[in-house]
Formats: sequence, structure tokens, C-alpha cells
Amino acid sequence: MSVTPQDVEKVALLARLAISESDLPEVTERFSRVLNLVDELNTIDTESVTPMSNPHDMEQRLRPDIVTRDDNRKALMASAPAQEQGYFLVPKVID
Amino acid sequence: MSWEIVMGLEVHLQLATQSKIFSGSSTQFGASPNVQADAVDLGMPGMLPVLNEEAVRHAVTFGLGIGARIGQRSVFDRKNYFYPDLPKGYQVSQFFAPIVCEGIFEVPLENGSLYPIRITRAHLEEDAGKSVHDEFAHETGIDLNRAGTPLLEIVTEPDFRSAEQAVAYLKALHSLVTYLGISDGNMAEGSMRCDINISLRKQGSDELGTRTEIKNVNSFRFVERAIHSEYERQAEILERGGAITQETRLYDADKDTTRSMRSKEVANDYRYFPEPDLLPIVIDEAYIDAVRQSLPELPTAKRERFLAEYGVSEYDASLLVPNHDMADYFESVARASGAAKLAANWILGDLSAALNRHELSITESPISAELLSGLVSRVEDGTLSSKLAKQVFDALWQGEGDADQIIAARGLKQVSDSSALEAMVTEVIANNPDQVAQYIAADEAKRKKLSGFFVGQIMKASQGQANPQMINQLLLEKLESQS
Amino acid sequence: MAENALLTAPVSKLKQLLGDRTVSSEELTKAYLAQIAAENASLNAVVTVCAEEALASAREADAQIARGTTRSLTGIPLLHKDIFCTEGVRTTCGSRMLESFVPAYDATVVTKMKAEGAVMLGKCNMDEFAMGSSNETSFFGPVKNPWDLSCVPGGSSGGSAAALASGMAPLVTGTDTGGSIRQPASLCGVTGLKPTYGRVSRLGIIAFASSLDQAGPMARTAEDCALALTAMSGIDPGDSTSADISVPDFHSALSTDVNGLRIGLPREYFNDDLDSRVRENVMAALAELERAGAILHDIDLPHSHYAIATYYVIAPAEASANLARYDGVRFGYRCDAPADLEDLYQRSRSEGFGEEVQRRILVGTYALSAGFYDAYFNKAQQVRRVITEDFQRAFEQVDVIAGPAAPGVAFPFGSKQQDPIAMYMEDIYTLAVNLAGLPGLSTPAGLIDGMPVGLQLIGKPFDEQTILNAAFRLQNDTDWHLACPDLASLSS
Repeated sequence: MSVTPQDVEKVALLARLAISESDLPEVTERFSRVLNLVDELNTIDTESVTPMSNPHDMEQRLRPDIVTRDDNRKALMASAPAQEQGYFLVPKVID
Repeated sequence: MSWEIVMGLEVHLQLATQSKIFSGSSTQFGASPNVQADAVDLGMPGMLPVLNEEAVRHAVTFGLGIGARIGQRSVFDRKNYFYPDLPKGYQVSQFFAPIVCEGIFEVPLENGSLYPIRITRAHLEEDAGKSVHDEFAHETGIDLNRAGTPLLEIVTEPDFRSAEQAVAYLKALHSLVTYLGISDGNMAEGSMRCDINISLRKQGSDELGTRTEIKNVNSFRFVERAIHSEYERQAEILERGGAITQETRLYDADKDTTRSMRSKEVANDYRYFPEPDLLPIVIDEAYIDAVRQSLPELPTAKRERFLAEYGVSEYDASLLVPNHDMADYFESVARASGAAKLAANWILGDLSAALNRHELSITESPISAELLSGLVSRVEDGTLSSKLAKQVFDALWQGEGDADQIIAARGLKQVSDSSALEAMVTEVIANNPDQVAQYIAADEAKRKKLSGFFVGQIMKASQGQANPQMINQLLLEKLESQS
Repeated sequence: MAENALLTAPVSKLKQLLGDRTVSSEELTKAYLAQIAAENASLNAVVTVCAEEALASAREADAQIARGTTRSLTGIPLLHKDIFCTEGVRTTCGSRMLESFVPAYDATVVTKMKAEGAVMLGKCNMDEFAMGSSNETSFFGPVKNPWDLSCVPGGSSGGSAAALASGMAPLVTGTDTGGSIRQPASLCGVTGLKPTYGRVSRLGIIAFASSLDQAGPMARTAEDCALALTAMSGIDPGDSTSADISVPDFHSALSTDVNGLRIGLPREYFNDDLDSRVRENVMAALAELERAGAILHDIDLPHSHYAIATYYVIAPAEASANLARYDGVRFGYRCDAPADLEDLYQRSRSEGFGEEVQRRILVGTYALSAGFYDAYFNKAQQVRRVITEDFQRAFEQVDVIAGPAAPGVAFPFGSKQQDPIAMYMEDIYTLAVNLAGLPGLSTPAGLIDGMPVGLQLIGKPFDEQTILNAAFRLQNDTDWHLACPDLASLSS
């Protein structure tokens, strides 16, 4: 399966990665190589095979509805790149 | 050109749990920013979700409440997109296999009929945080207290054909979820949020037109207005041969229009895939049965029962039933006093008016059901005239004791003893010979008017305690006999 | 005891020495800290050293030893791969994105090993976000193989393996998503174990591919791995995917009895693609086990060749979502003066992530995107089940499956950088084990031109005991696991 630079740019946007004009050809080429590798999957018939998300057939455990965490805001926000009055800050978003 | 409006509603309901759906943080409203956001809520590196059992229970309760099929093996999926109030860069939701599958919800309309709305599905998901745009000059503040609150997203088929139906549905949904105790369903506080998918088509057509989505409308009134204004907008475009752009819009209450949401313009491919940090939720028959046993009487059943058992009117039922605290209150008073209709009148009349004036809910009423039933009983048995009953009501509101205590303290007992009343009538006739003469000389119509004078005198003399019906009767007799 | 002998002694020996007071934990800790100080400049195996905290823990351990209130790892120094969150200690995951990130919490594995009395010396270098097989993608520079400084140590737990092999610690932790414990163990001549998926909690481990990641020990002996495995294992209510299964005392249950042990050799591993010298070493190791009573069988894992395609859809797809949280908003790298939100996202991520990480995010995003989900992601999930069923069928006939841990010995830096696929092929024997969630270990099987090669043993779900026993027996009968790089020549 070959992909065009435009395809790569679309995917990059979805992933919020910026690829420079100069890098795009090489990124596209290497990306294509990986896709060629995974295209091998087309050669196997998996009709009626249930997809496997997890290696074991486990079921979700349930947790009791109890409040367990204390206010740990200070410690958790210590790594915040930008904060004020308890809020995380990002450039102004217009809705 | 007449256009048919076709709508489907997606309601996001915040479920009433102590802790969040995937973490142990509190869900309480109103905390300072980010104090109720732990490492899991913040999507910190290495953190993992663990599912809250109460959220599951609430979802199953809802499903059974609308008679829907329960998804006995439901799965969580990641819905991937970037937004600052979405800490992990994906929302954990259910796409492929929801916990509640198809069902029918019968919505009571104003004319008393039931309109069936097909519920496509209801699924569990986590809420996002909040973006605050007005707090900082050049930045947006992010508060993740709300991130991780459990939501139930309830999706309908495009079965709505009018704004009235949509509003009726939302009201009935609010009623149902409060009855079930799974949410306080408060649109103003954001615990019930409504997205409206709306398209138009020519009358008689089978095909669906291009739809727009109006997001996060937060009151019944705004839902109605948003629908009307979007209808106008789309009709205008279609009238002149234009095409509707499929997009997300917001309702602007100030301008009473909808506008396009700029931030959601970037086409979103959510890339749903099964959440690998969570396993399938398996619900067996025993669990479903246990939840079914615990269901309270639902609004539709209660309504039927009120009509049958208490003989209230459909109109009164439509006002008493939706709020289950109100319904419970009514039922207590009706049972204790044995006078259901009177109870309904008092609750929907004077009590509701007083509660509204003081901005109190029925659960905050200074007059308990017990106290009110005391009053209703005394009106029912003739001890109190309606007029004096109002006095007693006010005294009850002020906390002066129960009805009997107030009646005794103020000497308000209605006089219905016929000999006492006769004496009063005789006395007033004797004391007002001119008016008596006028009465005798007057015709039917004028007589009716004049008798009011005598009644008024008697009421004054008896400090309102004379039984007015009996007074009227006696007066008529006595005055007749004079002529 | 001679300095070098101490540095290369297994944990079992050190426990003995601690127990009879020949050496104190403080002395041990100082010795390893000194080795790190001496050799890390040339090896670059360790990114963060916690000297003060380590010495404090060591003294506490010595107090416990004096009181006689010891646990299974009391006083034993160790290094954690820098993918385990450590409270108050920088955790970088080998990335610029987390260069200054200091977690406010410990990973469950860290908590457990601390509770068993282990002394943390610091954090090991690794391939960025665990994506790599050579430890060349780390933001903090490549790690050198102590056996040959011009060669890679393997990856992604390259720093852990190199640190262990060069005597910087007797015990290290790693994680394995497609071979990241077993392959570096093979390339560095140490023993490394990837437990069954769900055996060890993933809480606090920076996620790469959620359904494949597993944490495990690396040490000089299978015996040490058994000890560490018990300490690390157990259900964690905070990790929904951790298994509700009891943890055996793998160490006391160790046995050298492999009589009648059925070992399967997949034809697909032992085909013409296998380097003849690797084959020779692997077969020599298996011959030892045969001599000890094991029985070798030829088996088929017919869908083996799909493992790499399957893995390179699932792992990047899960990773693309797991790495979406690195957006410059709440923690981690943020670009300078972002113009708007989109700029914040794009530049923070493009500057914060290295090339390999970005490539895998792109692949993963693509595989999940509209129009491709069925053909790629869903398809890969189906093939995953097919591959798993191959193993299940094989395990009806055998108890253990054996093969090489890596296709060759450690390779020179840069030699596999031209083609990403060349690097991916390093894990050709290990990937399927993660897809099927099985336990696997690598144990040294001699040298080829002076460079180590490993034998991989794969077990049934939750049967780490059997593969540990086989490795234990092998290490009992041979001395390959005792081979060490020449520590004296390291810094020259």
C-alpha cells in the first residue's frame, strides 16, 4: 500500500504532529515501508475470527463507589507548564 | 413550501455517584479548580482506569426503566481527539457494544396521549473537564474537576416531529431519572445536557435531509427556541434552493439564533477502538433481576395509579407525578386525609404558590405532608371554611403548630350548628329592616346581589366562622318567608 | 571479596553475604554507586542517580538486617528502567517530552520492591517511550553494550541490561512489549524474564502498548529472576488488566528437575533464515537440557510470519492513543511561546517526540483511521487470535517452547538505522509472545565471536515456574550465565 505525502499530512494533523516540507518526503517513504510490512495481513483469511483485544478472557472488575483520593492538586500540578489560580493554562481557545 | 422537521436527541446525563467513573475522586459540584482531579483524571503517565460499580448499576437501572434490552457484554472504546479539557487525548466511551440497547420510551404529551420514542442505545462514558475563557486575558483556563464524572449518553432515533415533543421528552426523562435516583437531571446545572440533531424534509418524503447538530442546550425553554430558530434557518436556505452544511452549532440565547462552532470545524475522525486498559463488562441475568426488583414505581405507572386510586384529573396528575417528591407528598396527604382531590387542590394551589414565592422545593416545605393533611381533613369534615382554611395555612407555614392547635388557639372552628346559624340569620334580618325591604321588592337578579350583604354581615359578626353554604340556605328560606 | 566479584555477584550470593554480615547494604550500595560513577560516562546506561536516597535506604536496610526483620530483597540495590514512575524522582521514559517530569506517585512495581527492602540506585536509560530494539532512540543518547562499546545493548531496556552486565547493579527492572527485556538480555549476556500479561501490575508504568506491555526482572541468574518476580507480581486493584491469580513463591519452588520436560522447537523459528551460528549455540543449550532429561519435539507455529505485521499495527495503534496525553498542557515538554492551541499541540509534540516515536504514532493513527480500521486494526486483532491459538495448540503437546531470543548478536551503532524494518526484525522471535500474552525469558547460551547470544524459553500462561526451572537447570549445568564483559576495559 503506498501513501502520498498528502495522506501523511492528513494523518499528522489527526495526531497533532507537524512535519516540515523538507522532511515530508522521507517521512512518507519510511512510513510507506512500514505499511508495506503490515500489508502482509491481507494474505490471511480471518473470516469469522473474533478480534482479540486482550490475551486472556478476563472480565472487568468493579470498584465500590467510594471517594478515595484527597486533594493532591499541589503535587500533581507541580509539573504544569503554565498555571494560575489553580487552572491549567493554554492559549485562548475560541469556541 | 411546508417542511417536516425530523429530530433525534442525544442526552448526556451525569450519573449520581460519589466518585468518578474510573477514579476515586469526588464528583461533588462546586469545588475549587482541579482539587477533585487526581492523577487518573489528569491522565498522568502510567495511570489506569478502574470501573465504578454504581455507574454500571445506574446504567442498568435506566435500561430496565425504559424496558430496553441490556447489553450483557458491553465494551469500552477510546474516542480519540485533541481538546484541552480532554486530558488523555481520548474519551473513554462505548461505541461498538453499549450497556443499554434498544428500547421504547413513552412520552406523555400535553394532550394526555403517550408518544413512543425509540431509544437507540444508552452508553457509559466519562465527562470532560471545563474550559474557562473569561477568567484570563490571553489564555483559557482548564479545570478538570469534572473530568471523569460518569455520564450516560442516551440516544434516540430521529422520531421527533416538533419542539413540543422534544421538550415533553426531556421533561419525562428528567422525571424518570429522578424517580430512578440515578441522576438529578438538572439542565441548568449541567447534569443533563441535550444535543439536538435536526434536519428538514418535504412533507410526505421518506428520505432524511442533511442534519446539523445543536450542542449543549441547557434548558427546556432554550431547547424549544433553538429548534424553532434552526428550523427557520434551514427552511430559509432550502426555500431558496440552497444546501444545508452538516455541522455542529451552538444556540445563542441572547440572539435567539444558532451559530456554527468554530472549534469543531476541524474534521474529526474519532478512530474508535476497544479500550485496552479495561475489560468487557459482563452482566448476568441474576444481576439484571436484582436491579429489576429494586426499581421504584415509575412515573407512567404512578400516573395510572393516581388516576385510578385517587380519582385525580389527568391535568392534576400531569402536575403531581413528574417530580417524585411532589408525588410522594401528595400521596401522603391524600392517604392521611382521605380527601385526594382536595389535597391536590391545596398542593397545586396555595402550597405551590407559597413554595415558588419563597423559592423552595417541596422537600424544603415548612408545611410537612402530615401538617397539610391535618388542614385538608378539617376542610373536608366541615370544621373549616375554605376562607378560614387559608388563614390556617398561613399559620402552618409560620410554624404555629398543627391545624387543630391553630384552630383552637384562634377559635376558627366553622360554625355549622343549624340552630346557632339560624339565630345569626334571624338577628341580621332583624337588625337590617331596610335591606330586607329592598330585598323583598327586588327581582331575582338583584336579590342575589343583596343577599351578599346579609352574608357579609353574618360573616363579620361570626368572625368568618359561619358556614357560608348553610348561611346562604337559611337566609334564602328566612327572606322568602318574609315576603 | 574482590571488588569485581562483588559487582558481578548474583542477588542470591549477596543475600548470603548480607545475612552473615560479610558486607553491609551500605557498602554494597556504595560499590555500585562507584561503578556507575566510573563507567556511566562510557556506557550511558543510567540517566538519574539517587545517591543520597539510596544510601539512606541502605542504612535503613542494614538496621532491618540487624533486627532480623528482613524481607526478600532487603538491602539489595537495584536500578529501575526509567519507564517506572518514581515519586519525587525524575522519570523521563528516554524522551525530551518528559525530560523534567517528576511523578507524584510510585509505580506499583516500585512500591512492591521497596516494600521488599530493595534499595533504588537510580533510573536506567531506554529507547524513547520503549520504542526500539537498540537503545539508539533515547533523547539522552545511546547506551553502549559493555561487551563491545561500538555495539548496541539491545532495547528498549538497553540501559537496564547494560547496567546489569557492567556491574552497576545486581538486579534491574525492565519492560517488554515486543521483546524489550528478552532481546537486550540476549545481547548483553544476562537473564531476563517477561512475565505472563497480567502477572505484574502496569499501574505507574508509562504506557506504550497497553495490551502488550509487561514489567519484568533482569538479573544474572534465573534464581534471582525468580526471587524478583515474586516481589513484583500480584493483582493490583488499580490495574484492571492485572490477573486475579495467586503469586507462587517462584524462588522456593525452583527445581532442577527437567526430566520428561517436553520442549517444542517451532519449525518456523529453526528455518533457513536462522543464522547458523545462533542455531549452533541455541541447539547446544537445548542439548544440555536434553542431557538433563528434557525431550525435544518439532512443532509448528504456522502463523509466526504474521507476528511482525500484527504487532506493527496493534502496538503503534495503542501507542498513538496512549501518547495523545503528551500535549504540553498539564505536564511534560511545552514549546516556546505557542501562538495558539494548535501551535501548542503541534510544536510541543513534534519537538518533544523523537523520529521513531513520531513514525509509530503516524502508523498507529493511520491504522485506526476511517476506512482503514477494518483492514488494519481489526484485522490485526483477528490475526492476533490466530497466532495465540497456534501457541495454545502447541502447548497441548509441549510444556515449553524454545528458540533464539534474537536473530543475531549485538550489532554496531547505526547499522540498522536506514530501514526501520531492519530494526523491527530484531524482535522477530519475541513479538508473538507478547501478542499471545505468554511468559518468556532469555537465558545466556554462550558467545559468538565474544558476543552473547540468548536462548528463549516460552511458557504457558502463568507458568513462569516451568521456564524458570528450565533456565535454572541450564545454569546449574553450564557457566554461560557467569560470563561477564571485561569490566576493566570499559572506560578505556
